[in-house]
Amino acid sequence: MAITREEVLHVARLARLAMSDAEVERIGGQLSTILDYVKQLDRLDTRDVVPTSHAVETGTPMRDDVVIPFGDREAILANAPDRRGDCFRVPRIIED
Amino acid sequence: MANGSAHTWTLLEAARKVREKEISSQELTRALLDRIDALEPKVHAHITILREAAIAQAGERDRELAKGIERGPLHGVPVGLKDIFCTRGVRTTCGSRILHNFDPPYDACVTEKILASGAVLLGKHNMDEFAMGSSTETSFFGPTRNPWDLARIPGGSSGGTAAAVAAAMCFAGVGTDTGGSIRQPASLCGVVGMKPTYGRVSRYGMIAFASSLDQAGPIARTVSDAAALLGVIAGHDRRDSTSLDLPVPDYLAAVRRPVRGLRVGLPKEYYEGGGLSPEVREAVEKALKALTDQGAVAVDVSLPHTEYALATYYLIAPAEASSNLARYDGVRYGHRAEGAAGLIEMMSKTRAEGFGDEVKRRVMIGTYALSAGYYEAYYGKAQKVRTLIRRDFTKAFEAADVLLTPTAPTPAFRLGEKTGDPLTMYLSDIYTIPCNLAGIPGISVPCGLSATGLPIGAQLLSNHFREETLFTAAGAIERALPPPRTAPLEG
Repeated sequence: MAITREEVLHVARLARLAMSDAEVERIGGQLSTILDYVKQLDRLDTRDVVPTSHAVETGTPMRDDVVIPFGDREAILANAPDRRGDCFRVPRIIED
Repeated sequence: MANGSAHTWTLLEAARKVREKEISSQELTRALLDRIDALEPKVHAHITILREAAIAQAGERDRELAKGIERGPLHGVPVGLKDIFCTRGVRTTCGSRILHNFDPPYDACVTEKILASGAVLLGKHNMDEFAMGSSTETSFFGPTRNPWDLARIPGGSSGGTAAAVAAAMCFAGVGTDTGGSIRQPASLCGVVGMKPTYGRVSRYGMIAFASSLDQAGPIARTVSDAAALLGVIAGHDRRDSTSLDLPVPDYLAAVRRPVRGLRVGLPKEYYEGGGLSPEVREAVEKALKALTDQGAVAVDVSLPHTEYALATYYLIAPAEASSNLARYDGVRYGHRAEGAAGLIEMMSKTRAEGFGDEVKRRVMIGTYALSAGYYEAYYGKAQKVRTLIRRDFTKAFEAADVLLTPTAPTPAFRLGEKTGDPLTMYLSDIYTIPCNLAGIPGISVPCGLSATGLPIGAQLLSNHFREETLFTAAGAIERALPPPRTAPLEG
Protein backbone atom coordinates (compact mmCIF):
# COMPACT_ATOMS: atom_id res chain seq x y z
CA MET A 1 0.00 0.00 0.00
CA ALA A 2 2.09 2.85 -1.27
CA ILE A 3 1.45 6.23 0.28
CA THR A 4 1.29 8.84 -2.46
CA ARG A 5 3.46 11.94 -2.68
CA GLU A 6 0.35 14.08 -2.23
CA GLU A 7 -0.55 12.22 0.96
CA VAL A 8 2.97 12.65 2.32
CA LEU A 9 2.85 16.39 1.61
CA HIS A 10 -0.61 16.63 3.20
CA VAL A 11 0.55 14.86 6.37
CA ALA A 12 3.72 16.96 6.49
CA ARG A 13 1.56 20.09 6.32
CA LEU A 14 -0.67 18.83 9.15
CA ALA A 15 2.44 18.01 11.19
CA ARG A 16 4.08 21.35 10.40
CA LEU A 17 7.21 19.67 9.06
CA ALA A 18 9.00 21.34 6.16
CA MET A 19 10.41 18.71 3.82
CA SER A 20 12.71 18.64 0.79
CA ASP A 21 11.67 16.64 -2.29
CA ALA A 22 14.29 14.03 -1.47
CA GLU A 23 12.94 13.72 2.07
CA VAL A 24 9.36 13.43 0.85
CA GLU A 25 10.39 10.49 -1.30
CA ARG A 26 12.54 8.83 1.37
CA ILE A 27 10.05 9.24 4.21
CA GLY A 28 7.21 8.26 1.88
CA GLY A 29 8.95 4.97 1.17
CA GLN A 30 9.61 4.31 4.85
CA LEU A 31 6.03 5.20 5.79
CA SER A 32 4.69 2.81 3.15
CA THR A 33 6.77 -0.01 4.58
CA ILE A 34 5.59 0.68 8.13
CA LEU A 35 1.95 1.11 7.10
CA ASP A 36 2.13 -2.18 5.21
CA TYR A 37 3.45 -3.85 8.34
CA VAL A 38 0.69 -2.51 10.61
CA LYS A 39 -2.06 -3.58 8.20
CA GLN A 40 -1.78 -7.07 9.74
CA LEU A 41 -4.10 -5.83 12.51
CA ASP A 42 -6.94 -6.15 9.98
CA ARG A 43 -6.68 -9.93 10.39
CA LEU A 44 -8.29 -9.56 13.82
CA ASP A 45 -12.04 -9.33 14.32
CA THR A 46 -12.48 -6.45 16.76
CA ARG A 47 -16.10 -5.53 16.06
CA ASP A 48 -17.22 -6.14 19.65
CA VAL A 49 -14.02 -4.99 21.34
CA VAL A 50 -13.95 -1.83 23.45
CA PRO A 51 -10.85 0.28 22.71
CA THR A 52 -8.27 0.83 25.47
CA SER A 53 -6.95 4.34 25.86
CA HIS A 54 -5.95 3.97 29.51
CA ALA A 55 -4.56 0.57 30.51
CA VAL A 56 -4.98 1.06 34.26
CA GLU A 57 -8.35 2.66 34.88
CA THR A 58 -8.39 5.33 37.53
CA GLY A 59 -11.38 7.41 36.54
CA THR A 60 -11.05 11.19 36.35
CA PRO A 61 -9.60 12.66 39.54
CA MET A 62 -11.22 15.93 40.60
CA ARG A 63 -9.95 18.84 42.62
CA ASP A 64 -11.35 22.12 43.91
CA ASP A 65 -11.29 24.93 41.36
CA VAL A 66 -8.67 26.96 43.18
CA VAL A 67 -6.03 29.01 41.38
CA ILE A 68 -2.48 28.08 42.39
CA PRO A 69 -0.05 30.65 40.93
CA PHE A 70 3.08 29.21 39.28
CA GLY A 71 5.21 31.85 40.89
CA ASP A 72 8.10 32.19 38.45
CA ARG A 73 7.04 33.79 35.18
CA GLU A 74 10.58 35.07 34.64
CA ALA A 75 11.90 31.51 34.40
CA ILE A 76 9.27 30.74 31.76
CA LEU A 77 9.97 33.90 29.75
CA ALA A 78 13.72 33.41 30.03
CA ASN A 79 13.47 30.56 27.49
CA ALA A 80 11.83 32.77 24.87
CA PRO A 81 13.66 32.81 21.53
CA ASP A 82 12.29 36.34 20.98
CA ARG A 83 10.81 38.22 23.90
CA ARG A 84 9.10 41.61 23.98
CA GLY A 85 8.12 42.56 27.52
CA ASP A 86 5.99 39.72 28.81
CA CYS A 87 5.16 38.43 25.34
CA PHE A 88 6.63 35.86 22.99
CA ARG A 89 7.25 37.61 19.67
CA VAL A 90 6.66 35.58 16.51
CA PRO A 91 6.61 36.23 12.75
CA ARG A 92 3.28 37.46 11.45
CA ILE A 93 0.61 35.04 10.30
CA ILE A 94 0.46 34.84 6.53
CA GLU A 95 -2.66 33.25 5.04
CA ASP A 96 -1.93 31.17 1.97
CA MET B 1 38.06 5.66 53.87
CA ALA B 2 38.29 6.73 50.27
CA ASN B 3 39.74 4.05 48.07
CA GLY B 4 39.86 3.22 44.40
CA SER B 5 36.90 0.88 44.59
CA ALA B 6 34.22 3.17 46.05
CA HIS B 7 32.51 3.32 42.67
CA THR B 8 31.86 -0.44 42.78
CA TRP B 9 29.70 -0.24 45.90
CA THR B 10 25.99 -0.79 45.54
CA LEU B 11 23.59 2.12 46.02
CA LEU B 12 22.60 0.79 49.44
CA GLU B 13 26.22 0.20 50.50
CA ALA B 14 27.11 3.75 49.48
CA ALA B 15 24.11 5.13 51.38
CA ARG B 16 25.14 3.24 54.52
CA LYS B 17 28.78 4.29 54.32
CA VAL B 18 27.86 7.96 53.94
CA ARG B 19 25.28 7.76 56.73
CA GLU B 20 27.81 6.08 59.05
CA LYS B 21 30.44 8.63 57.99
CA GLU B 22 32.87 6.04 56.62
CA ILE B 23 33.17 8.34 53.62
CA SER B 24 31.96 11.87 53.02
CA SER B 25 29.47 12.69 50.29
CA GLN B 26 32.00 15.08 48.76
CA GLU B 27 34.70 12.44 48.61
CA LEU B 28 32.31 9.96 47.06
CA THR B 29 31.00 12.54 44.59
CA ARG B 30 34.53 13.56 43.57
CA ALA B 31 35.49 9.92 43.08
CA LEU B 32 32.59 9.41 40.67
CA LEU B 33 33.19 12.69 38.87
CA ASP B 34 36.81 11.65 38.31
CA ARG B 35 35.57 8.34 36.97
CA ILE B 36 33.16 10.14 34.66
CA ASP B 37 36.00 12.33 33.38
CA ALA B 38 38.11 9.25 32.67
CA LEU B 39 35.41 7.19 30.94
CA GLU B 40 33.21 9.74 29.16
CA PRO B 41 35.47 10.06 26.10
CA LYS B 42 34.92 6.33 25.50
CA VAL B 43 31.34 5.82 26.68
CA HIS B 44 29.59 9.19 26.23
CA ALA B 45 26.82 8.40 28.70
CA HIS B 46 26.08 12.04 29.54
CA ILE B 47 24.62 15.11 27.87
CA THR B 48 25.29 17.34 30.90
CA ILE B 49 27.75 16.71 33.76
CA LEU B 50 27.16 18.80 36.91
CA ARG B 51 30.65 18.95 38.36
CA GLU B 52 30.59 22.14 40.49
CA ALA B 53 26.91 21.83 41.37
CA ALA B 54 27.30 18.21 42.46
CA ILE B 55 30.32 18.98 44.65
CA ALA B 56 28.44 21.89 46.20
CA GLN B 57 25.37 19.71 46.78
CA ALA B 58 27.54 17.00 48.33
CA GLY B 59 29.14 19.57 50.62
CA GLU B 60 25.68 20.59 51.81
CA ARG B 61 24.79 16.95 52.48
CA ASP B 62 27.97 16.53 54.56
CA ARG B 63 27.17 19.66 56.61
CA GLU B 64 23.63 18.37 57.18
CA LEU B 65 24.91 14.98 58.33
CA ALA B 66 27.30 16.68 60.74
CA LYS B 67 24.22 18.30 62.34
CA GLY B 68 22.41 14.96 62.43
CA ILE B 69 20.11 15.82 59.51
CA GLU B 70 19.30 13.10 56.99
CA ARG B 71 17.02 14.14 54.14
CA GLY B 72 16.16 10.60 53.14
CA PRO B 73 17.41 7.08 52.41
CA LEU B 74 19.89 8.19 49.72
CA HIS B 75 21.42 11.06 51.65
CA GLY B 76 24.68 12.12 50.02
CA VAL B 77 24.72 9.39 47.35
CA PRO B 78 25.51 10.43 43.75
CA VAL B 79 22.97 9.36 41.12
CA GLY B 80 22.03 10.40 37.58
CA LEU B 81 18.85 11.14 35.64
CA LYS B 82 17.94 10.47 32.01
CA ASP B 83 17.80 13.85 30.25
CA ILE B 84 14.02 13.54 29.94
CA PHE B 85 13.29 14.71 33.50
CA CYS B 86 12.97 18.47 33.95
CA THR B 87 15.63 19.79 36.30
CA ARG B 88 15.17 23.44 37.20
CA GLY B 89 18.21 25.50 36.28
CA VAL B 90 19.86 22.59 34.49
CA ARG B 91 19.38 22.29 30.74
CA THR B 92 17.08 19.44 29.76
CA THR B 93 17.31 18.41 26.14
CA CYS B 94 15.50 15.09 25.72
CA GLY B 95 18.38 14.20 23.38
CA SER B 96 17.08 16.70 20.83
CA ARG B 97 18.37 19.76 19.00
CA ILE B 98 14.96 21.35 19.40
CA LEU B 99 15.49 21.52 23.20
CA HIS B 100 19.28 21.94 23.14
CA ASN B 101 19.05 25.16 25.18
CA PHE B 102 15.91 24.53 27.24
CA ASP B 103 16.15 25.50 30.94
CA PRO B 104 13.10 24.08 32.70
CA PRO B 105 11.31 26.50 35.04
CA TYR B 106 10.43 23.62 37.36
CA ASP B 107 11.60 20.21 38.58
CA ALA B 108 9.90 17.00 37.53
CA CYS B 109 8.26 15.05 40.35
CA VAL B 110 10.98 12.39 39.93
CA THR B 111 13.63 15.13 40.30
CA GLU B 112 11.92 16.45 43.42
CA LYS B 113 11.79 13.00 44.99
CA ILE B 114 15.42 12.21 44.14
CA LEU B 115 16.54 15.49 45.71
CA ALA B 116 14.24 14.94 48.72
CA SER B 117 15.89 11.56 49.30
CA GLY B 118 19.16 13.43 49.80
CA ALA B 119 20.82 12.11 46.67
CA VAL B 120 23.38 14.21 44.78
CA LEU B 121 22.66 14.79 41.08
CA LEU B 122 25.78 14.11 39.01
CA GLY B 123 24.39 14.68 35.56
CA LYS B 124 21.79 14.17 32.84
CA HIS B 125 22.14 11.05 30.78
CA ASN B 126 22.19 10.64 27.02
CA MET B 127 19.15 9.10 25.34
CA ASP B 128 17.50 8.44 22.00
CA GLU B 129 15.84 11.66 20.82
CA PHE B 130 12.46 12.09 22.55
CA ALA B 131 12.88 8.51 23.81
CA MET B 132 12.30 7.20 20.28
CA GLY B 133 14.78 4.44 19.69
CA SER B 134 16.33 1.21 20.95
CA SER B 135 20.02 2.00 20.72
CA THR B 136 20.69 5.62 21.80
CA GLU B 137 21.87 6.24 18.21
CA THR B 138 19.20 8.84 17.50
CA SER B 139 20.49 11.30 20.12
CA PHE B 140 21.33 14.69 18.63
CA PHE B 141 24.39 14.66 20.89
CA GLY B 142 25.87 11.47 19.44
CA PRO B 143 25.57 7.85 20.53
CA THR B 144 26.46 6.25 23.83
CA ARG B 145 28.64 3.15 23.72
CA ASN B 146 28.14 -0.07 25.62
CA PRO B 147 30.73 -0.27 28.44
CA TRP B 148 31.02 -4.03 27.82
CA ASP B 149 32.08 -3.50 24.18
CA LEU B 150 32.60 0.04 22.99
CA ALA B 151 31.83 -0.89 19.36
CA ARG B 152 28.31 -1.81 20.43
CA ILE B 153 25.21 0.05 21.42
CA PRO B 154 23.99 0.15 25.02
CA GLY B 155 20.36 -0.23 23.97
CA GLY B 156 17.81 2.55 24.22
CA SER B 157 16.22 4.85 24.75
CA SER B 158 17.67 4.97 28.32
CA GLY B 159 21.07 3.88 26.97
CA GLY B 160 23.00 6.66 28.69
CA THR B 161 21.57 5.75 32.08
CA ALA B 162 22.16 2.02 31.64
CA ALA B 163 25.73 2.63 30.46
CA ALA B 164 26.45 5.08 33.30
CA VAL B 165 25.23 2.56 35.88
CA ALA B 166 27.08 -0.37 34.25
CA ALA B 167 30.31 1.64 34.06
CA ALA B 168 29.88 2.72 37.70
CA MET B 169 29.71 6.42 36.83
CA CYS B 170 26.81 6.72 39.29
CA PHE B 171 25.30 4.42 41.90
CA ALA B 172 21.95 4.28 40.14
CA GLY B 173 19.80 6.23 37.72
CA VAL B 174 16.23 6.83 36.72
CA GLY B 175 15.17 6.12 33.14
CA THR B 176 11.89 5.93 31.27
CA ASP B 177 10.18 3.10 29.44
CA THR B 178 7.51 3.40 26.76
CA GLY B 179 8.12 0.20 24.77
CA GLY B 180 11.09 -1.26 26.67
CA SER B 181 13.42 1.70 27.06
CA ILE B 182 14.48 0.81 30.60
CA ARG B 183 14.42 -2.96 30.38
CA GLN B 184 16.16 -3.44 27.02
CA PRO B 185 19.21 -1.23 27.76
CA ALA B 186 19.41 -2.76 31.25
CA SER B 187 19.57 -6.19 29.63
CA LEU B 188 22.21 -5.14 27.09
CA CYS B 189 24.35 -3.44 29.76
CA GLY B 190 24.13 -6.15 32.41
CA VAL B 191 22.19 -4.16 34.98
CA VAL B 192 18.75 -4.26 36.59
CA GLY B 193 16.01 -2.10 35.09
CA MET B 194 12.36 -1.91 36.02
CA LYS B 195 9.26 -0.37 34.53
CA PRO B 196 6.57 -0.14 37.21
CA THR B 197 2.79 -0.34 36.73
CA TYR B 198 1.48 2.53 34.62
CA GLY B 199 0.71 5.33 37.05
CA ARG B 200 3.01 4.11 39.85
CA VAL B 201 5.50 6.95 39.27
CA SER B 202 4.37 10.48 38.45
CA ARG B 203 4.98 11.74 34.92
CA TYR B 204 4.83 15.40 35.97
CA GLY B 205 7.85 17.13 34.42
CA MET B 206 8.83 14.05 32.44
CA ILE B 207 8.94 15.08 28.81
CA ALA B 208 6.11 13.18 27.15
CA PHE B 209 6.53 10.74 24.28
CA ALA B 210 3.41 8.52 24.44
CA SER B 211 1.31 9.51 27.41
CA SER B 212 -0.60 6.24 27.84
CA LEU B 213 2.60 4.18 27.75
CA ASP B 214 5.40 6.27 29.35
CA GLN B 215 6.61 5.32 32.81
CA ALA B 216 9.72 6.21 34.82
CA GLY B 217 11.70 3.53 36.65
CA PRO B 218 14.97 2.63 38.36
CA ILE B 219 18.16 1.36 36.71
CA ALA B 220 20.71 -0.02 39.18
CA ARG B 221 23.36 -2.71 39.61
CA THR B 222 21.38 -4.89 42.03
CA VAL B 223 17.75 -5.85 42.53
CA SER B 224 17.79 -4.40 46.06
CA ASP B 225 19.12 -1.09 44.76
CA ALA B 226 16.35 -0.96 42.15
CA ALA B 227 13.75 -1.76 44.81
CA ALA B 228 15.04 0.98 47.10
CA LEU B 229 15.08 3.51 44.25
CA LEU B 230 11.53 2.64 43.18
CA GLY B 231 10.47 3.23 46.77
CA VAL B 232 11.95 6.74 46.51
CA ILE B 233 10.30 7.77 43.23
CA ALA B 234 6.92 6.02 43.46
CA GLY B 235 3.82 7.61 44.87
CA HIS B 236 0.73 9.64 44.14
CA ASP B 237 1.08 13.08 42.60
CA ARG B 238 -1.97 15.27 42.00
CA ARG B 239 -0.19 17.04 39.18
CA ASP B 240 -0.30 13.82 37.10
CA SER B 241 -3.94 12.81 36.71
CA THR B 242 -2.93 9.27 35.72
CA SER B 243 -0.94 8.87 38.93
CA LEU B 244 -2.18 6.07 41.20
CA ASP B 245 -3.43 7.00 44.64
CA LEU B 246 -2.10 3.84 46.28
CA PRO B 247 0.34 3.39 49.17
CA VAL B 248 3.93 2.55 48.29
CA PRO B 249 4.90 -0.85 49.75
CA ASP B 250 8.32 -1.73 51.16
CA TYR B 251 9.81 -3.01 47.92
CA LEU B 252 13.16 -3.77 49.56
CA ALA B 253 11.51 -6.27 51.91
CA ALA B 254 10.19 -8.19 48.90
CA VAL B 255 13.65 -8.92 47.50
CA ARG B 256 14.53 -11.60 50.05
CA ARG B 257 11.16 -13.36 50.13
CA PRO B 258 11.20 -17.02 49.09
CA VAL B 259 9.90 -18.11 45.69
CA ARG B 260 8.70 -21.51 46.90
CA GLY B 261 5.38 -22.21 45.20
CA LEU B 262 5.64 -19.19 42.90
CA ARG B 263 4.02 -20.04 39.56
CA VAL B 264 6.33 -18.93 36.74
CA GLY B 265 4.51 -18.71 33.41
CA LEU B 266 6.41 -19.26 30.17
CA PRO B 267 4.47 -17.62 27.32
CA LYS B 268 5.10 -19.90 24.37
CA GLU B 269 4.89 -17.12 21.80
CA TYR B 270 7.99 -15.47 23.31
CA TYR B 271 10.08 -18.60 22.81
CA GLU B 272 9.06 -19.40 19.25
CA GLY B 273 10.37 -17.61 16.24
CA GLY B 274 13.75 -17.43 14.59
CA GLY B 275 14.75 -14.02 15.95
CA LEU B 276 15.61 -15.30 19.44
CA SER B 277 19.35 -15.98 19.73
CA PRO B 278 20.22 -19.47 21.08
CA GLU B 279 22.57 -17.89 23.65
CA VAL B 280 19.74 -15.72 24.99
CA ARG B 281 17.40 -18.70 25.14
CA GLU B 282 20.02 -20.70 27.07
CA ALA B 283 20.65 -17.89 29.56
CA VAL B 284 16.93 -17.42 30.22
CA GLU B 285 16.60 -21.17 30.75
CA LYS B 286 19.27 -20.84 33.46
CA ALA B 287 17.15 -18.13 35.06
CA LEU B 288 14.17 -20.47 35.03
CA LYS B 289 16.24 -23.23 36.60
CA ALA B 290 17.40 -20.77 39.26
CA LEU B 291 13.75 -20.21 40.15
CA THR B 292 12.61 -23.83 40.03
CA ASP B 293 15.67 -24.92 42.04
CA GLN B 294 14.39 -22.59 44.76
CA GLY B 295 10.92 -24.12 44.69
CA ALA B 296 9.11 -22.14 42.01
CA VAL B 297 6.87 -24.01 39.57
CA ALA B 298 7.06 -23.59 35.77
CA VAL B 299 3.74 -23.28 33.97
CA ASP B 300 3.06 -23.09 30.24
CA VAL B 301 0.89 -20.13 29.25
CA SER B 302 -0.11 -18.48 26.02
CA LEU B 303 -0.42 -14.82 25.01
CA PRO B 304 -2.09 -15.40 21.63
CA HIS B 305 -2.01 -11.79 20.39
CA THR B 306 1.72 -11.31 20.94
CA GLU B 307 2.49 -11.18 17.22
CA TYR B 308 0.27 -8.09 16.85
CA ALA B 309 1.87 -6.11 19.68
CA LEU B 310 4.56 -4.44 17.59
CA ALA B 311 2.08 -3.19 14.99
CA THR B 312 -0.27 -2.01 17.75
CA TYR B 313 2.54 -0.12 19.45
CA TYR B 314 3.79 1.44 16.22
CA LEU B 315 0.38 3.00 15.69
CA ILE B 316 -0.48 4.06 19.24
CA ALA B 317 2.93 5.41 20.31
CA PRO B 318 3.58 7.56 17.20
CA ALA B 319 -0.03 8.83 17.28
CA GLU B 320 0.34 9.99 20.88
CA ALA B 321 3.82 11.33 20.10
CA SER B 322 2.51 13.40 17.19
CA SER B 323 0.17 15.10 19.63
CA ASN B 324 2.75 15.50 22.41
CA LEU B 325 5.43 16.87 20.08
CA ALA B 326 3.12 19.46 18.52
CA ARG B 327 4.19 21.88 21.26
CA TYR B 328 7.72 22.10 19.84
CA ASP B 329 7.16 24.97 17.46
CA GLY B 330 9.87 27.53 18.22
CA VAL B 331 7.44 29.98 19.83
CA ARG B 332 8.11 29.82 23.57
CA TYR B 333 11.36 27.86 24.07
CA GLY B 334 14.00 25.81 22.34
CA HIS B 335 15.32 26.08 18.81
CA ARG B 336 13.70 28.58 16.44
CA ALA B 337 14.48 28.64 12.72
CA GLU B 338 15.57 31.91 11.20
CA GLY B 339 14.59 33.55 7.96
CA ALA B 340 10.93 32.54 7.90
CA ALA B 341 8.50 35.02 6.37
CA GLY B 342 5.49 33.93 8.42
CA LEU B 343 4.47 31.98 11.52
CA ILE B 344 3.57 28.68 9.87
CA GLU B 345 6.78 28.68 7.84
CA MET B 346 8.75 29.41 11.03
CA MET B 347 7.14 26.45 12.81
CA SER B 348 7.65 24.08 9.88
CA LYS B 349 11.29 25.07 9.45
CA THR B 350 11.91 24.94 13.21
CA ARG B 351 10.59 21.41 13.44
CA ALA B 352 12.41 20.32 10.28
CA GLU B 353 15.68 21.63 11.70
CA GLY B 354 15.05 20.63 15.29
CA PHE B 355 13.88 17.02 14.92
CA GLY B 356 15.98 14.08 13.78
CA ASP B 357 14.86 11.50 11.20
CA GLU B 358 13.36 8.95 13.61
CA VAL B 359 11.27 11.60 15.35
CA LYS B 360 10.04 12.94 12.02
CA ARG B 361 9.15 9.44 10.89
CA ARG B 362 7.09 8.76 13.99
CA VAL B 363 5.39 12.17 13.94
CA MET B 364 4.43 11.49 10.32
CA ILE B 365 3.09 7.98 11.05
CA GLY B 366 1.19 9.28 14.03
CA THR B 367 -0.29 12.24 12.18
CA TYR B 368 -1.36 9.95 9.34
CA ALA B 369 -2.92 7.41 11.73
CA LEU B 370 -4.96 10.15 13.40
CA SER B 371 -5.94 12.09 10.30
CA ALA B 372 -9.49 12.34 9.02
CA GLY B 373 -10.49 9.25 7.10
CA TYR B 374 -7.78 7.09 8.62
CA TYR B 375 -8.39 7.40 12.38
CA GLU B 376 -10.73 4.41 12.71
CA ALA B 377 -8.73 2.13 10.43
CA TYR B 378 -5.40 2.78 12.14
CA TYR B 379 -5.46 4.34 15.60
CA GLY B 380 -8.97 3.12 16.45
CA LYS B 381 -8.11 -0.41 15.36
CA ALA B 382 -4.86 -0.40 17.35
CA GLN B 383 -6.70 0.65 20.51
CA LYS B 384 -9.02 -2.33 20.14
CA VAL B 385 -6.13 -4.76 19.61
CA ARG B 386 -4.59 -3.22 22.72
CA THR B 387 -7.64 -4.46 24.65
CA LEU B 388 -7.07 -7.98 23.29
CA ILE B 389 -3.40 -7.87 24.34
CA ARG B 390 -4.32 -6.69 27.83
CA ARG B 391 -6.90 -9.48 28.12
CA ASP B 392 -4.23 -12.06 27.17
CA PHE B 393 -2.22 -10.97 30.23
CA THR B 394 -5.23 -10.96 32.55
CA LYS B 395 -5.95 -14.54 31.54
CA ALA B 396 -2.29 -15.64 31.84
CA PHE B 397 -2.10 -14.23 35.36
CA GLU B 398 -4.89 -16.58 36.44
CA ALA B 399 -2.46 -19.46 35.89
CA ALA B 400 0.83 -17.74 36.82
CA ASP B 401 2.16 -15.23 39.36
CA VAL B 402 4.95 -13.99 37.10
CA LEU B 403 5.88 -14.53 33.48
CA LEU B 404 9.50 -15.22 32.50
CA THR B 405 10.72 -14.21 29.03
CA PRO B 406 13.88 -12.98 27.35
CA THR B 407 14.22 -9.18 27.55
CA ALA B 408 15.87 -8.71 24.15
CA PRO B 409 16.19 -11.20 21.27
CA THR B 410 19.97 -10.80 21.06
CA PRO B 411 22.83 -9.32 23.07
CA ALA B 412 24.03 -5.82 22.14
CA PHE B 413 24.44 -5.24 18.40
CA ARG B 414 27.05 -3.00 16.73
CA LEU B 415 26.64 0.74 16.19
CA GLY B 416 25.14 1.32 12.77
CA GLU B 417 24.05 -2.29 12.39
CA LYS B 418 20.30 -1.64 12.50
CA THR B 419 19.97 2.02 11.53
CA GLY B 420 19.41 1.27 7.83
CA ASP B 421 15.85 0.00 8.17
CA PRO B 422 13.41 1.28 10.83
CA LEU B 423 11.51 -2.02 11.08
CA THR B 424 14.68 -3.97 11.88
CA MET B 425 15.34 -1.64 14.82
CA TYR B 426 11.73 -1.86 16.00
CA LEU B 427 12.02 -5.66 16.25
CA SER B 428 14.51 -5.30 19.16
CA ASP B 429 11.52 -4.42 21.32
CA ILE B 430 9.25 -7.40 20.58
CA TYR B 431 9.47 -8.83 24.09
CA THR B 432 9.20 -5.57 25.98
CA ILE B 433 6.41 -3.75 24.12
CA PRO B 434 3.37 -5.84 25.15
CA CYS B 435 3.92 -4.96 28.83
CA ASN B 436 3.55 -1.22 28.17
CA LEU B 437 0.39 -1.78 26.15
CA ALA B 438 -1.15 -3.67 29.08
CA GLY B 439 0.16 -1.23 31.69
CA ILE B 440 1.67 -4.04 33.75
CA PRO B 441 5.09 -3.85 35.46
CA GLY B 442 8.21 -5.57 34.14
CA ILE B 443 11.82 -5.98 35.26
CA SER B 444 14.99 -7.10 33.51
CA VAL B 445 17.62 -8.86 35.61
CA PRO B 446 21.04 -10.08 34.39
CA CYS B 447 21.12 -13.85 33.89
CA GLY B 448 24.34 -14.53 32.01
CA LEU B 449 26.91 -13.51 29.45
CA SER B 450 27.18 -14.50 25.80
CA ALA B 451 30.19 -16.46 24.55
CA THR B 452 31.82 -13.13 23.66
CA GLY B 453 31.13 -11.66 27.10
CA LEU B 454 28.03 -9.57 26.34
CA PRO B 455 25.31 -9.32 29.00
CA ILE B 456 21.98 -11.10 28.67
CA GLY B 457 18.91 -10.24 30.73
CA ALA B 458 15.77 -12.14 31.69
CA GLN B 459 12.47 -10.30 31.86
CA LEU B 460 9.84 -10.89 34.49
CA LEU B 461 6.30 -9.55 34.11
CA SER B 462 3.56 -9.45 36.71
CA ASN B 463 0.02 -8.18 37.02
CA HIS B 464 -0.80 -4.56 37.81
CA PHE B 465 0.51 -3.32 41.17
CA ARG B 466 2.52 -6.53 41.79
CA GLU B 467 6.01 -4.99 41.67
CA GLU B 468 6.83 -6.81 44.92
CA THR B 469 6.41 -10.18 43.20
CA LEU B 470 8.82 -9.03 40.50
CA PHE B 471 11.44 -8.02 43.06
CA THR B 472 11.02 -11.36 44.84
CA ALA B 473 11.53 -13.38 41.67
CA ALA B 474 14.34 -11.14 40.38
CA GLY B 475 16.07 -11.36 43.76
CA ALA B 476 15.95 -15.15 43.61
CA ILE B 477 17.51 -15.17 40.12
CA GLU B 478 20.20 -12.73 41.23
CA ARG B 479 21.13 -14.84 44.27
CA ALA B 480 21.57 -17.93 42.09
CA LEU B 481 23.26 -16.18 39.15
CA PRO B 482 25.20 -13.24 40.62
CA PRO B 483 26.38 -10.98 37.79
CA PRO B 484 29.67 -9.07 37.73
CA ARG B 485 28.88 -5.80 39.51
CA THR B 486 30.34 -3.47 36.89
CA ALA B 487 31.43 -3.65 33.27
CA PRO B 488 35.13 -4.49 32.82
CA LEU B 489 36.06 -0.98 31.69
CA GLU B 490 38.86 0.96 33.29
CA GLY B 491 39.62 4.65 32.98
